[in-house]
Amino acid sequence: MAPAAVRRGITALALSLLPCAASAASDDELAQIRAEIRQLKEAYEARIRALEDRLKEAETRASASPAIATSPMPETAPPAPAATSTASGIAAFNPAISVVLQGRYASLSQDPEQYRIAGFPSGGEIGPGRRGFSLAESELAFSASVDHLFAGNLIIALSPDNEVSVEEAYGVVTAAPFGVVPKFGRFFSGLGYQNEQHQHAWDFIDAPLAYEAFLGGQYANDGLQLKWVAPTEHFVELGAEIGNGDNFPGSRRGRNGVGSFAAYAHTGGDVGASHSWRAGLSYLSTRARDREYFQLDTVGNDALLGFSGDSDTVIADFVWKYAPNGNARGTNFKLQTEYFWRRERGDLTYDRDGALGSTQTDAYRATQRGFYVQGVWQFMPAWRVGARYDRLDPGSIDYGANAAFLHTMSFHPNRYSLMFDWTPSEFSRLRLQLARSKVRPDVTDDQLFLQYILTFGAHGAHKY
Amino acid sequence: MRVRLLHTLCVLLVMWTPCAFGALSILATVPEWGALATEIGGDRVSVYVATTAMQDPHHVEARPSLIARARGADLVVATGAELEAGWLPLVTQQAGNVRIQPGKPGYFEAAARVTLVDKPVKLDRAGGDVHAAGDPHIQTDPRNIAPVAAGLAARLAELDPANAAFYQERQRAFDERWRTAMSRWEREAAPLRGVAVVAHHKGFTYLERWLGLEEVATLEPVPGVEPTAAHLSRVLATIERRPVKMVIRATYQSDRASQWIAERTNIRAVALPATVGGTPAAKNLFAFYDDLIERLLAAVQ
Repeated sequence: MAPAAVRRGITALALSLLPCAASAASDDELAQIRAEIRQLKEAYEARIRALEDRLKEAETRASASPAIATSPMPETAPPAPAATSTASGIAAFNPAISVVLQGRYASLSQDPEQYRIAGFPSGGEIGPGRRGFSLAESELAFSASVDHLFAGNLIIALSPDNEVSVEEAYGVVTAAPFGVVPKFGRFFSGLGYQNEQHQHAWDFIDAPLAYEAFLGGQYANDGLQLKWVAPTEHFVELGAEIGNGDNFPGSRRGRNGVGSFAAYAHTGGDVGASHSWRAGLSYLSTRARDREYFQLDTVGNDALLGFSGDSDTVIADFVWKYAPNGNARGTNFKLQTEYFWRRERGDLTYDRDGALGSTQTDAYRATQRGFYVQGVWQFMPAWRVGARYDRLDPGSIDYGANAAFLHTMSFHPNRYSLMFDWTPSEFSRLRLQLARSKVRPDVTDDQLFLQYILTFGAHGAHKY
Repeated sequence: MRVRLLHTLCVLLVMWTPCAFGALSILATVPEWGALATEIGGDRVSVYVATTAMQDPHHVEARPSLIARARGADLVVATGAELEAGWLPLVTQQAGNVRIQPGKPGYFEAAARVTLVDKPVKLDRAGGDVHAAGDPHIQTDPRNIAPVAAGLAARLAELDPANAAFYQERQRAFDERWRTAMSRWEREAAPLRGVAVVAHHKGFTYLERWLGLEEVATLEPVPGVEPTAAHLSRVLATIERRPVKMVIRATYQSDRASQWIAERTNIRAVALPATVGGTPAAKNLFAFYDDLIERLLAAVQ
């Protein structure tokens, strides 16, 4: 019974492959000669046709009215050789270069130096940034094919404090089989929806609170990524990543092996010509060792804590876009939401630096949640408004013996943001953003931002 | 139980094997090349068009549906000349389909088959979203279609040698019908010669050159930038000095700017199909030009 069914399956497989196999296996040489003759024939036919065309055109030109003769016609003869590049010599191989310039003005009612999301361990680059005028991150991107196997990408971020950092630097294997796209080096993880986008492509000046609390703003890793799109008419993308796990919510561990693992699935499609959507589910597993952060203890002291253990994050994301007839030029609407869930288990050390004289380590267990939802509406060409709501749930934290010093808060950090921007061309954008941020109990930060984003150089990609 | 699972897996595998489909799978970036691929490929190809005639082909995003279609495509038929620069490279890269990468036989660019006009002397975005290779809107001149058809037929024959004769035959038949139609269009469009027009976007250059229309101004101050009030008043001043017959725009473009001009002058605002499907009448390549000429003629009468 069982072997018969297997055989049936194999026969079905073999039969379906037969037409290809037969054409490939039949006398190869003969087929090749035939193909060569056909190519020769085609080439000559094309040439003769081109000559006929030119003759006909010359005739019509001679007989047609002078109006046509004065407006020169596009030549319709066979194409000119592809070598149209005017760049010569060494410069011809220069990579595509693009530059992003950003600057801002911020008016914040609370001191950004005191920024902290209550009830959440912090890491990465978070906070509303400095007050007043400042340059925001400038970005320099280079990309090119390396050879017949690889393509390379380098994105350098220049911080307003004159620091240079490598934001992304990765190679992509362009000729991998089975539709697999391997990427290696440093890159923004394919987790969630917004994580892969660069900051200048975001619809608000800052990251959602959930991104700050759960991924330290944006999750990048040094490692290897494999992405694969299923060969089906409906979009299904699977991805997996391994990396050193240095970045929050992990930490540098000084060990061999893999420090982080991520896996995600995305799906999406169109609904008619006007609607499109994408949804995803992601999982990130990292291991932290002495991940340090400050938190207020029960007495009100700023205590240095250290966490060592496992951190598992799950992200669900959904994006829906609407444009009348799919023409986003005039008006369009975009809804974007992501939900985060994280569980951390391990040991927590209270007063790690001994500043309070009561260093103590005990088991720690926390399950925390957060989400944001935002909508951006382009109400006329070049003009958009947007609104965003952020909310975090510190959840239940089991501090073990450290409960003597630390307590679980019932406060839910939240933020309301309004955005208004003008995009005179594809390459520039000016933005105004207002926000009311409550990330600490009894503290309200009223924020106003003005921002410019200028891009020049190679044409940017219209990522979904 | 496990055996049934194996059986199902085998069937799934069979369904995913490209050979099982038979037809050559084509992803056309714009409707005109979708229509042309159908003219030449007939029932031996299955065509998916990435954009509709109501969309601006510059401003398309790498949507999930496009990535999925690119994944299974045997051939991408694009315009090239940077028309799809914002999204096609991203789509082909994310799809991970080696066959359709630029330079491979599965990647076909129409613009490489014709001579492009308006190649900018100076590459500077102060002049708008300029295309370094020249104007990519080649589909508005039927004389550009024939060489693309010949190139496409040769490419189909290369990818699908078993049906090479079929493609060549259909291309020959198409070419004949096309030439007949072209001489008819040129006869019909004779009254349009020398007619002055204003265009919304620099998207009908090839049409204007073919029919001898004269473009006096554009409503966009520079290509890709929305018309501004200041620029529209300048266009009005130009029209006063040099009377024009009509303001033309593609049906996917907003009618606000051309209506603004039409209200202040006694000239007609004319919406033209930019490609196949741009108007209800423009059902295929032939009907597209029929409708183009009909609409232009209606405006000069």
